[in-house]
Amino acid sequence: MPCDGCNKPKTVHITEIKGGKQVDMHYCKDCPYANDGVAGAKSHAPINELLTNFVMSTSSGGEKQAEECPHTGITWAEFRNAGLLGHPENYDLFESHLTPLLQRAHEGATHHVGKVPERRGKGGLPPKRRKTVDLAKLKQELALALEQENYENAAELRDRIREIEGD
Amino acid sequence: MDADLKISELTTRAGEWLRGEGPHNEVVISSRIRLARNLANKPFLSKATRRQRTAVEKKIRDVVLSTNLAPKILYADLQESPEVDRALLVERHLISRNHASAEGARGVAVDADETIAIMVNEEDHLRLQVLRSGLQLDDAWGQINEIDDDLDAALEFAFHPRFGYLTACPTNVGTGIRVSVMLHLPALKLTGDIEKVFRAAKELKLAVRGLYGEGTEATGEFYQVSNQTTLGKEEPEIIAEFRDTVIPKIVEFEHRARHALISERHRALEDKIYRAVGLLRSARLITSEEVLKELSFVRLGVNLEILGGVDVRTINELMLMTQPAHLQKLLGKKLEGDDRRAARADFIRERLGVV
Repeated sequence: MPCDGCNKPKTVHITEIKGGKQVDMHYCKDCPYANDGVAGAKSHAPINELLTNFVMSTSSGGEKQAEECPHTGITWAEFRNAGLLGHPENYDLFESHLTPLLQRAHEGATHHVGKVPERRGKGGLPPKRRKTVDLAKLKQELALALEQENYENAAELRDRIREIEGD
Repeated sequence: MDADLKISELTTRAGEWLRGEGPHNEVVISSRIRLARNLANKPFLSKATRRQRTAVEKKIRDVVLSTNLAPKILYADLQESPEVDRALLVERHLISRNHASAEGARGVAVDADETIAIMVNEEDHLRLQVLRSGLQLDDAWGQINEIDDDLDAALEFAFHPRFGYLTACPTNVGTGIRVSVMLHLPALKLTGDIEKVFRAAKELKLAVRGLYGEGTEATGEFYQVSNQTTLGKEEPEIIAEFRDTVIPKIVEFEHRARHALISERHRALEDKIYRAVGLLRSARLITSEEVLKELSFVRLGVNLEILGGVDVRTINELMLMTQPAHLQKLLGKKLEGDDRRAARADFIRERLGVV
């Protein structure tokens, strides 16, 4: 099985208790990413990351723990061996497993802040997609508000996010 | 004469990265931006059935051929193409090696000057690529962003409010963007400082690879530098880092190394360059790897104005045309072993004006 950081054969195993859950990590001996793991990212996690995580953890579907993808049958163990996911929905299915891995691969980041699909033309987005896109935009705004320490605006955005996620 | 016609035909439609133009072209060969996209509610390709794979390919192909890009692009069905054609596309950086050798329904849409390549059913359902000569990342981003918008209007991409654009491999998730700049760093290699650049790049979470991407060697000191982080940063931010910091810094290091070589090791530098010219002009059998290695010195000689009579475009064309698939297409026959090495040597001597 490859190293969590750089795909070389793993030789070091680390177990951490994160949020009451056991997180197992495996690295090769000289992995350059070993220090960028959960612990490292947490130690200098900015307040915005903590707050955004709070919003995410209260959102629906954040902690689903199914073992197998209903579309493709892929399991977490299978993904770990192959390195490729089987279906877009696997990001929700394996979210708690994927998060530490994404943090290591993306300099501690766990949230997309870039382009959002607009589906301009042809009548725009269908309602379900519109909701996804609006949520993504609001979350980007929230991250920005927190970065600028504009907590009043952040609280407002957080409420709007909860409202959309709740309907 | 027939072969000459074919050569000139290919030369006139030589790809963008061959032009040897654009900012910093003495070090930056080309700028490339790639975006990874997948269709919503469809399995990623590693888990798609043959039927699902075929349906995805057809759907994307139909959309690509109905956008306003359609009049200027050619769609190649890779499942139907002969191996040599697929190898040719790899040599021209229009598809990846994996895309060439994979199985099942897959294809690529390419425009006439090869600035655009839309790979269908590579690792992801869609991989858009835009290429520019020299350091022209803003221009490349402008074009790829527009193509992405056009396709987004007709296709529903897999997108997640937290993770962004969803990709088969989580290392691409988020923006799905890969910015790759191809650099020629022969002086840093000669002065032994290239390792420092690699270390700095690693600290900046950048990947440094050979000419043909993942798993390829940096023959002739041609390197690709790419971003690895696709989450937590906006596309323009990633691009700006490359445009304003990473690439100018590496270019500056290479310039410094070139100046050091000229002032401190001039004769030794000349020797390397003229030996390379001598070898290319005299060889009767030559491998692709040797060509790249020697052309690298010739290119350096031309850039430093030590060498005249050859231009960068000719060097770039020789780099491209002497690769196995190009050579076989140019000569219209399958060539192996010494026959191929001989044809390659003949071609180079002809282009350099010696026989």
